[in-house]
Amino acid sequence: MKTTTSPSLAVAAPLSGPDAGRRTALEHLHEWVVTVDHKKLGLMYILYGLLFFVVAGLEATLMRLQLAVPNNTFLSPQVFNQLFTLHGTTMVFLVGMPLLFGFANYLVPLMIGARDLAFPRLNAFGFWLSALGGILLYFSLIGGMGMAGAGSAPDVGWFAYSPLTSKAFSRGHSTDYWTIGILVGGFGSIATSANIVTTILCGRCPGMTLGRMPLLVWLNLVMCGMVLMVISPLTAAQIMLLLDRYLGSHFFDTQAGGSAVLWQHFFWIFGHPEVYVLIIPGFAFASEIIPVFSRKAIFGYPVMVGATVAIAFVSFGVWAHHMFTVGMTSVGNTFFAISTMLVGVPTGIKIFNWIGTMWGGKIRLATPMLFCIAFLFQFLIAGLTGIMLAVVPFDWQLSDSYFVVAHFHFVLVGALLFTIFGAVYYWFPKATGRMMSERLGKWHFWLFVIGFHITFDTMHIPGLLGMPRRIYTYDAGRGWDALNLICTLGVAVQGVGILFFVVNVLRSLVKGVPAGNDPWDAWTLEWATTSPPPEYNFAAIPVVRSRRPLWDLKHPTDPDWKYE
Amino acid sequence: MNLATAQPAASAPEVWTPPSKGKVGMACLILAESAIFIIFVVAYVFYLGRDISGPTPRQVLELPILNSICLLASSATITVAVRALQRGAVRAFAIGWLATLLLGGYFLVGTALEWRKLIEVHGLTLQTNLFGTTFYSLVGLHACHVIVGLVLLLIVFGLTLAGTVRREHAGRTEVLALYWHFVDAIWIVVFTVVYVIGR
Repeated sequence: MKTTTSPSLAVAAPLSGPDAGRRTALEHLHEWVVTVDHKKLGLMYILYGLLFFVVAGLEATLMRLQLAVPNNTFLSPQVFNQLFTLHGTTMVFLVGMPLLFGFANYLVPLMIGARDLAFPRLNAFGFWLSALGGILLYFSLIGGMGMAGAGSAPDVGWFAYSPLTSKAFSRGHSTDYWTIGILVGGFGSIATSANIVTTILCGRCPGMTLGRMPLLVWLNLVMCGMVLMVISPLTAAQIMLLLDRYLGSHFFDTQAGGSAVLWQHFFWIFGHPEVYVLIIPGFAFASEIIPVFSRKAIFGYPVMVGATVAIAFVSFGVWAHHMFTVGMTSVGNTFFAISTMLVGVPTGIKIFNWIGTMWGGKIRLATPMLFCIAFLFQFLIAGLTGIMLAVVPFDWQLSDSYFVVAHFHFVLVGALLFTIFGAVYYWFPKATGRMMSERLGKWHFWLFVIGFHITFDTMHIPGLLGMPRRIYTYDAGRGWDALNLICTLGVAVQGVGILFFVVNVLRSLVKGVPAGNDPWDAWTLEWATTSPPPEYNFAAIPVVRSRRPLWDLKHPTDPDWKYE
Repeated sequence: MNLATAQPAASAPEVWTPPSKGKVGMACLILAESAIFIIFVVAYVFYLGRDISGPTPRQVLELPILNSICLLASSATITVAVRALQRGAVRAFAIGWLATLLLGGYFLVGTALEWRKLIEVHGLTLQTNLFGTTFYSLVGLHACHVIVGLVLLLIVFGLTLAGTVRREHAGRTEVLALYWHFVDAIWIVVFTVVYVIGR
């Protein structure tokens, strides 16, 4: 096990000559703007996602401040509506998707031993389209020309139920910025997904069969395949909405016989698989980090792949569980209740396998592993409340309440964001060549995990007590007051945790301990090249014979390929 | 020693030729586009017969037989053209490609004439009723794809006239042909739903 820093891993000796002299800031900027390198674009995706994460986090903080005490007048109802619309839209489309595409961009080619994505220029195109989508959404704040002539943000909620979005009820152009922003960003997502799928199917190095790909690559293949099929319904629905608003068509116009419920179907055909699009890359991070920090190969590799495909498949048949209160037939309700509960089976298999990987392993509690362990617990709770909400009568009682809000924040924060933080700590050394501080990382982890539970464990209770979501304030004496205050206080703790994270990133960039090629003694190909990797990734294209090529290299007498 | 050479050379894995990047990429695009069309078809079928005012499909729609034959025939001509280029017969390629362009162009003109009649004679627009809304958006979405296809075909034809298209570009024209076949296949669905079942 002493071979971690052995020079034998230095695949990539610098080939090119030294850069001629120092470059100006403008030249650096130009290089990043025109780049088609998957690593630079990946980092740009991630930075873009983190930037909007801070913005949307501040929006959430403002809402929590408003709800901290009853009858608060800190925010007006109008501003509150705009904030929850922006918060939801931003977190899904401008934080979740870019962060996950960023990691996929950066890691997939390295892990399959490729020099870049299949279509590097299409990759840049996809990134800049996504960036344009985000800019369009936020431009509405200053340029949306509301009725008073001032800028206005969209205020129709992130799922923008019809007929709220019709010309009569959404005056001005704020809804158009929302629609076009998502439409444009969606084209970017489809371009990038097609690119990643093609890369995985066509760009693998010799010996890297489908059955030997790291799980992260497998899961991103499934995720990108899903994006191709789920973003398109949203695109179609947004085109219909634009036709309704601009050309006077009647898709969602109930006065002409159109159906407002059809929008809900179209939106959730996108919306529910989208949840899995977001969480499957989270699974991917956990599936790479947990084995390395348990010092064991992943438990049940083929089952993990199969379970992921099963989740993706079933997720296309669950969308109407968002619509139990709309009034479907009992057959419809039953179908969607059963299919929703069915998702729990492959998900349970995955949790079982992650625990199976840790079982009997030599667990190292470094920061990436801490985030993944917390993810396991929190994702289990998220799944359990999800199963509860799949029970139709229970959902009738709690739909559109804070119980639902707490449930999906357990998924998106407790599970997804935790694995993303784990992934940042795990791959930061690869991307920058420097380790992040473990001391600050542990502060970040503990503050964030405590703040998270103060806020979101508590949030279930006002939901059970009947507090609806999306209300800008409430009367005193309903039993919600103290609980809401506790939720808001938790946000402060989370905020301090995030501050530690930001400080850790900035400080480690400058002062971090040099990482070397393979600081975690890991087994996948990205750790075989230098940190940061050269533009061409690998000087010679590697050849692999097992799922853990670096294990084979470090243990020539006991390689994996003898047993697989 | 590095990863490329560290493995025993004797048991080097069998040579694997990856599938064509262009074809896989195009298949991904076709998958995504199919999902868009499915939603528009679902909307069309969902609103069929729910109009609260006329005209109805039965009153105004005529079977676009010649149009459909032309578009389907263009799938055959583009296949012939691509095969010719694979053999290196650039002239035959140019002729097949031009035939595809003309057949596709005729389809577009036919659609335009149909729409003009619907608008001027029957007074059916996007705003008239649900039929107008769903008909123009579904057929229009397909026509948009035909237009994009024609622009791409035209670019390749221009390059052919300029003499830059050679045998080694056969793979790329094949990818473009895949897109064109997709546009044709969608037309079969649209034709069946709108003109056969829906009338």
